[in-house]
Amino acid sequence: MRKVIMGNHALSYGAMLGRAQVIAAYPITPQTQVVELLSEMCADKILDAKFIKVESEHSAMAACLGASLAGARTFTATSSQGLTLMHELLHWASGGRLPVVMGNINRAMAPGWSIWSDQNDSLSQRDTGWIQFYCSNNQEVLDTVIQAFKVSEKLLIPSMVILDAFTLSHTYEVVDVPKQAKVDKFLPPFKPEITVTPDDPHAFGGLTGPEHYFELRYKLQKDMEKAPALIEETGKEYEKMFGRYLGQVEEHCCDDAELILVTSGTMGSTARVAVDALREEGIKVGNLRIKVFRPFPFEKVRNIFKNAKKVAVIDRNISYGHHGMFFQEVKSAMYGHDHDLPIFGFITGLGGRDITPSTFREIAELSLEKNKPEEEIIWIGVNR
Amino acid sequence: MKKEKQAKEIIFKSEKEVPLMPMSVGNMLWNKTGGWRNIRPVIDLENCIQCGICWKFCPDVAISIENERPVVDYVYCKGCGLCAEECPSKCIAMVEEEK
Repeated sequence: MRKVIMGNHALSYGAMLGRAQVIAAYPITPQTQVVELLSEMCADKILDAKFIKVESEHSAMAACLGASLAGARTFTATSSQGLTLMHELLHWASGGRLPVVMGNINRAMAPGWSIWSDQNDSLSQRDTGWIQFYCSNNQEVLDTVIQAFKVSEKLLIPSMVILDAFTLSHTYEVVDVPKQAKVDKFLPPFKPEITVTPDDPHAFGGLTGPEHYFELRYKLQKDMEKAPALIEETGKEYEKMFGRYLGQVEEHCCDDAELILVTSGTMGSTARVAVDALREEGIKVGNLRIKVFRPFPFEKVRNIFKNAKKVAVIDRNISYGHHGMFFQEVKSAMYGHDHDLPIFGFITGLGGRDITPSTFREIAELSLEKNKPEEEIIWIGVNR
Repeated sequence: MKKEKQAKEIIFKSEKEVPLMPMSVGNMLWNKTGGWRNIRPVIDLENCIQCGICWKFCPDVAISIENERPVVDYVYCKGCGLCAEECPSKCIAMVEEEK
């Protein structure tokens, strides 16, 4: 059924169709509607799930971990300050191999107090061992939640489904909401091999000495390395049933591009419009939108860059004292593969400042006129 | 039904033997935490009102109830003093260990 829904509700419908069994969440702008709709669904018995009200995001994740350990499919959603309050328990989820799926709305970190979009909240959680999906439209949000459950539960690694504040979270779009029976065929019930029950008690997460901890983390990384192939495979299976393929990246006009713009989230769709306009003027640019940030799609990126002459990475985030985080990752992916490829690092749109097609035109022009980057960070749109 | 548990050292030789989840990779029976103790709880059973609060609060499950009276397992008791703090009849004294 086609519905006109906001990005936040696309997350709720994804969790509903995924038959989440336990939802624990704490409201925060701009995520509130996600849990509002889910709590209504639980109250109206549309969704057979236990909705746990909690006093903080830290507790929300803790409740999800307990439920997941007991064998329930769990979902939560948060944003910004809430996500960073959860930080400790994000490590617990991945280290405990509990496949929680969480929606995160990208909102800038305070201070100054902000509710607008930038990626520093989720990207500062990059080393917590979560799979991170960045979405650019509401359909993708809904589809990604369903696939995230499947990928996470196969690998026993939690997933974060990420969308921009307001430009996606509060934007209404036409979304095809698939039939429950069809989703059930794609996504079987969660049946973990190891659970905790009162009949078979175990100590979970107890003191683990240097003789075993190292191996636990080795195994987590080894399973994380299986994710790229699994995400591709799951995407193809989803495409067969629902006609929409997700995968790790989205390419637009990259084959013969002299300059490839690297984007993520909603700025990916803005870049696509800018690329089409520049192409009409005969300027050969392309857009590579990275959908899966963790695990980083090394192979995909390297293949797409094979014929590229230049690359411009656009970050709506910053690692202070270093670069934009997508820029760091793209450069590290090319190390040992193509040291001569000029890669330009741009930072724009922090704290929700608009990123428009003209932003990408400026970025393309700056990148095309220089042989190699002359600055560590090229700032776009700072009033100086 | 109470399961008999044994103190054994768990050693996994390779990562293949290590469970995926950090579950039961340690063995708290093997880890004899009584050696950490500086002060020991001594229960005055004559004033004990058999409320079971010390048994309930012991974070190391080192207090058991035998014949309706609390008994401290000094092999595992770390000497944290929670039992003495919580005891409503104040019949648990924390006594300095002699080394």
